[in-house]
Amino acid sequence: MSKAAGKLFFAAMALFMALPVIVIAGVALNAKKTLAFPPQGLSADWYLSVLTDPAWRSALLNSVMVAATASAISVAIALPLSWFLWRRVAPWARFVQMLGFSPFILPPVITALGALSFWATTGFYGQPWTVVISHGIFFVSLPLVTITLGFATIDREIIEAGMTMGADDKTLMKTVIFPLIRPYVISGFAFAFVLSLNEYIVAYMTVGFTLETIPIKVFNALRYGYTPTMAAVSVFFILVAVVVFGLVARFGDLPKLLGAWSKGE
Amino acid sequence: MRRSPPQKLSDYLPIAFPAAMLGMFFVVPFGIMVAISVFKRVQGGFYEPAFNFANYARFLTPFFGEVLAFSLGLAALVSAFCLLIGVPFTYLLTKLRRRDQVLWLIALLGVLSLSEVIIGFAWSTLLSRTAGISNFFVWLGLMEKPEAWAPGFGAVLTGLIYQAFPYTVLVLYPAFSRLDPSLMEAARTLGCSPVRSFMNVVLPVMRKTLLATFIIVFIFALGAYLLPQILGRPQHWTLSVLVTDQAIYQSNMPFAAAMAVFLVIASLLLVGLSVMISGRKGAGEL
Repeated sequence: MSKAAGKLFFAAMALFMALPVIVIAGVALNAKKTLAFPPQGLSADWYLSVLTDPAWRSALLNSVMVAATASAISVAIALPLSWFLWRRVAPWARFVQMLGFSPFILPPVITALGALSFWATTGFYGQPWTVVISHGIFFVSLPLVTITLGFATIDREIIEAGMTMGADDKTLMKTVIFPLIRPYVISGFAFAFVLSLNEYIVAYMTVGFTLETIPIKVFNALRYGYTPTMAAVSVFFILVAVVVFGLVARFGDLPKLLGAWSKGE
Repeated sequence: MRRSPPQKLSDYLPIAFPAAMLGMFFVVPFGIMVAISVFKRVQGGFYEPAFNFANYARFLTPFFGEVLAFSLGLAALVSAFCLLIGVPFTYLLTKLRRRDQVLWLIALLGVLSLSEVIIGFAWSTLLSRTAGISNFFVWLGLMEKPEAWAPGFGAVLTGLIYQAFPYTVLVLYPAFSRLDPSLMEAARTLGCSPVRSFMNVVLPVMRKTLLATFIIVFIFALGAYLLPQILGRPQHWTLSVLVTDQAIYQSNMPFAAAMAVFLVIASLLLVGLSVMISGRKGAGEL
């Protein structure tokens, strides 16, 4: 492919990927309460109403709270598991790791229905915290992948040196291992956070009727017609994703986190 | 340092929490779901323990057969389109400067993390009569008057490709970025044009990766449940939509569970196949 054709291809793909974002960002600027593009009369009211309208604000808060605690649970499961896999020879630990990956490999409706069955059977269905646990399990594969990758990059000779100096596992973890894998832990948290923020079906099947997160609220709002507020919320969420991944890229090696060789190799 | 087997009971401590959490909140729910799939439905949204395969038998009707065929066909089509665009895209992406690669990866991750609701909302706007792309074509003079392109099959397909494309690229990315550049250099020195060396060298070398990616994206597309609802008509609903519909709106958990179990089996077979194809080693290794 010639250089120009390649450039054109990339430009077309950039347009394809940006088009929905451009349109909803524009729609949210409409002065009237209708959906029109190009916007008719400019107004930033819809962007502000996300923060001032109590219903949207509480959905926003719910989403952020759920995402923050759920991704903390994901990391709390993934970190000791990846450490164990790195430190110990235990074939059955691979089985636990496989369990961690499975919710992400199977169609999400299965995890969602499993969660619904479980919370209904145990009598906790509808409790706000059920979605936090279910999301924590659903997204555990993300920190599991990044932290496992982080452990793989640790030079075992450094640990050897620490051990000969008399450090035990606890000291090694605190002074050597954790500082080395910290960026991977943070990026794993970030991935789980952003995906949980946008997740619909598991949230809907666990607490959909008692606790509205943003995706649930947007979908419910869709049934009663479009409002520019939905568009404004969507833009806000896209920005959050781009900022979070931008920060991950700024402080970590994004291509390497996604499986490319590192720079030197 | 060597990895050592656990010796004392306390060595197991770090894995106790992960194992307990995954067991309690993934394995047990999964088991309950499988159990419910053979239970009997009681009118009013409840079910009682039983052991029958009536829920599975109900699945064997022309209606659900058609939904299944539609879901599989749609997923295959989405997967095919994603590979068709994604393979040359990812290949060219790995040739970019690292800085540009990072920018593209951020954009891809951004789109990947978009909620299906938001993607559906955006595309239904883009394909609508009032605020859609057709207005742009009218403005350009290419069309007489604006048209509504959603809901419809094309809209569902577009939305799903949009959602699955970043996923496709991110699955292909490690393999392509680890591809040995000397292969291409050799082809070029022997007089191959870039396009020919891509077709005759890169693609054959990557065929296992490509097939495995096809299956992975296929399963991803099979899980679609919101886009067919927002962008399609009822005849475009997939198995995932029906599972949700049965569980929430028809209050028929046993039947929903039976469909879900079926979906699990289908997915696991496909995952097994993709693992077999790509081999135990990393997909990028030759």
